[in-house]
Amino acid sequence: MRRIYLDHAATTPVDPRVADAMAAVYRDANGNPSSIHAEGRRARALVDEARDRVAAAIDADPAEIIFTSGGTEADNLAIRGTVHALRAKGDHVVTTAIEHHAVLDTVHELERDGVRATIVPVDRHGMVDPDDIARAITERTVLVSVMHANNEIGTVEPIAEIGRICRERGVVFHSDAVQTVGALAVDVRRIPVDLLSLNAHKFYGPKGVGALYVRTGTPFARMQTGGGQERDRRAGTENVAGVVGMGLALEIATRERPTESPRLAALRDRLLAGLRERVPDLVLNGHPTDRLPNNASICVRGVQGESLIVALDLAGIAASSGAACTTGSLEPSHVLLAIGLSREVAQGSLRLTLGRATTDEHIDVVLEELPKIASRLRAASAVA
Amino acid sequence: MYSERVVDHFTNPRNVGAIEGADGKGQDSNPSCGDFTRITVRIADGTVAEAKFKTFGCSAAIASASMVTTLAVGKPVDDAARISAEDVLLALGGLPGPKHGCALMAAGALRSALADAKVKSR
Repeated sequence: MRRIYLDHAATTPVDPRVADAMAAVYRDANGNPSSIHAEGRRARALVDEARDRVAAAIDADPAEIIFTSGGTEADNLAIRGTVHALRAKGDHVVTTAIEHHAVLDTVHELERDGVRATIVPVDRHGMVDPDDIARAITERTVLVSVMHANNEIGTVEPIAEIGRICRERGVVFHSDAVQTVGALAVDVRRIPVDLLSLNAHKFYGPKGVGALYVRTGTPFARMQTGGGQERDRRAGTENVAGVVGMGLALEIATRERPTESPRLAALRDRLLAGLRERVPDLVLNGHPTDRLPNNASICVRGVQGESLIVALDLAGIAASSGAACTTGSLEPSHVLLAIGLSREVAQGSLRLTLGRATTDEHIDVVLEELPKIASRLRAASAVA
Repeated sequence: MYSERVVDHFTNPRNVGAIEGADGKGQDSNPSCGDFTRITVRIADGTVAEAKFKTFGCSAAIASASMVTTLAVGKPVDDAARISAEDVLLALGGLPGPKHGCALMAAGALRSALADAKVKSR
């Protein structure tokens, strides 16, 4: 059966060029980068080259890149590392209501250890007001963490402005850029960010690999001890094939971004305009313009998101929902509640995220199938 | 993920709607997820002549409600009132564990509609 994959925010398929490069590492370069012999030196050279590529994509110095097991570890390392390193200076963290669980749950866990946290709200578009961040900062604040763009509703946050506020106030600023690196220009020389989380499988690289950018001079404490890898900031033998894949994937994504991102935005705009015409009373989530190019987030009133996902799946279309039941969690998404949606509307959420394989024909199929599904489910809905 | 029968009853649900001037109306909800189902019944000569449903819920909740109405129609009221979540699960060819509440809700909504019909007939 023909499949149309529209869940690129969950994960992207590995670029075949990346898969080939990784296979070559597994075949021909199986040394440990810490070994002195030729096999080790070859693996070390590959890791160094990958680090250079990741650094170049965000205009960082290679020494500022720590490879991790993914975005979640990068977020944990950034938050726990900063709080731990600055324990003597303060005990207060500022973040937002729409962060990924990797950030929010980490902050909440630290709260149980005596750290205080201020969770800044967002407006109905999911936008953080930098003034709210400024007001939340106290003399006890050690860290501000605001995501670059939201994974569910696609809103891009004003992190440059928030970063400037943090710099003025002498507070470390972390941004989870897992959804943006590869899709938007992210330049750490222009954005005053101290810590930035990256994740390879969001830009057609492998799963299980990510990185944390740590600006030179940022107070930092490691969370993982052992062999002293990553300049003693993240112990453990490097995932050589993984970081090679990440480096190449990011280089390719950066090169293709100037044409690919506008292409996706045009397809996404056509999708949303078409759905708006064909599905009555459709709710569009996220900011109308300041948003990820590939993200369409909607709510179909009166319908459970899980029903939409299953019906689309049966029609050959892969999508996702932040709503109840789909992920085994029974609560509507914290992001959709934070932008002020009622629980009932939030439960009807649907996220369609486009990617390299997405074509005009795919959009046509969705515009054909989704309105039929929405009207069929609404006909059977107990919500008037 | 789902049996063929679940997929069938989800994509082509039977007995969708609400009976006008129904003899009994019932509702049940699943407090853990906020889903709910409304069932209306028409009774003729002590038998369920017609049953219709509307559900705000997941695919399994819709399939369960659809199935429970087909199980009820044609049965004497007292027999229909004994249709259990297990009967719905069996008829659907099973549901994943976390979705058993959906079958419970469907059976509960039917029972509530039949109880309402009984009260009103007195």
